[in-house]
Amino acid sequence: MSRYLVNKFLFTVDRDTDLTERYRRDPVATVAWWERERANRVLGSIPAEDTTWLSFTDEERTALEAHDHVTLFGLGAHPFLTLTLWIAMFERDWDEPLGMQLDYARQLAHLGLPYPSIET
Amino acid sequence: MAKLVAILATTHHPFYYRTSQLPPEEAPPFAAEWVSKVATYRETLTRARPDVLVMVGSDHFHQLWLDNMPQFLVGKAPFYDGNWENEVREFGLPKMLLRGHEELSAYMLREGIDKGFDLAFSNELRVDHSVTCPILTVRPQNDLPIVPIYTNIFAPPLPRPERFVQLGRTIREIIDAWPSDLRVAVIGTGHLSLELGGPRQFGPHGPDPEFDARAVDWISRGDIDGCLAGVSLDSLHEPGNATHGFMDFMLMMGIAGYAKADHTDSLDLFHTMEAYFTWYPNPELIGDPS
Repeated sequence: MSRYLVNKFLFTVDRDTDLTERYRRDPVATVAWWERERANRVLGSIPAEDTTWLSFTDEERTALEAHDHVTLFGLGAHPFLTLTLWIAMFERDWDEPLGMQLDYARQLAHLGLPYPSIET
Repeated sequence: MAKLVAILATTHHPFYYRTSQLPPEEAPPFAAEWVSKVATYRETLTRARPDVLVMVGSDHFHQLWLDNMPQFLVGKAPFYDGNWENEVREFGLPKMLLRGHEELSAYMLREGIDKGFDLAFSNELRVDHSVTCPILTVRPQNDLPIVPIYTNIFAPPLPRPERFVQLGRTIREIIDAWPSDLRVAVIGTGHLSLELGGPRQFGPHGPDPEFDARAVDWISRGDIDGCLAGVSLDSLHEPGNATHGFMDFMLMMGIAGYAKADHTDSLDLFHTMEAYFTWYPNPELIGDPS
């Protein structure tokens, strides 16, 4: 499990408008590019100082490729990061106010307490 | 010594700013009451005539990140830019520039470290909506220097609730002992029950109205012991998965001490309950409300 790396993906994609749009438009290619080029970049550092060991599990990669926020929740991705990025990508597809957020919640409705740990 | 003239503890609803800017025909039905309550709350700060604001909030994964996460951090800079691109995008918040008060920041850091809190610091901090929202609501002219204090209520492992109360008590001691003639107000923001990114989010009320009622009661009566007996790191998951932001209210209770709030108000909204509290530690320092 690489919960930290999933969070790093969500964090770095959400704060970059171009990356947010790429991830919305072409999630499989964007996840592959990000894991190859960005997963091991220490934030604020140069490529020569990249980390050498970070990668997604197959389950995490598949969930990110599928825009599957339910599985990400189950894996313990930080729910604030997932929600914020999903709002940026998908709120525009709904006509009614909060339509996207309420649908997002409905898809998680089968889950009770305790929620999966988000500790990293 | 400095004069601690007011302590404000409030929620920070990022949608308030955009809602308050809407023309009446476009505003939602709750907007007028919300704006009115905020205007009343703003007056509780105005009456105290502060010179400097200590602002307690929590970065929402904007600048502080899991590669280097402080539990408690004090900003020490001459200026703080405010609000991040994804807050502009999601909430319609404006970019802002706030002035810093480096002397009080330095004093807070030195004294805090010496009193047992190994505070982190930042010389370049872009503050997020946990700090800018209360500026927009209670000091929209944004004319006072600030000392931002960030707490980690977001990225576990978190400090326990007792630690937040202790930090509040320590901040109170530090301000009371600050060798300055200035009038200080502390404004801290947190949450009552709140769910973000989970099945209970964006309901017609906060996810746990019973918790909210208990919380308002604890805060308004200054019932620190009852509050500490009623919550723990584990129990705060139950009212909603983002309810650990309530610990910022507990920090503010630590600053206020065992004192009833001089102003208590709340507003039940979709998604969350808004709450507004003000204490005047020394009523003689406050002007006539008329």
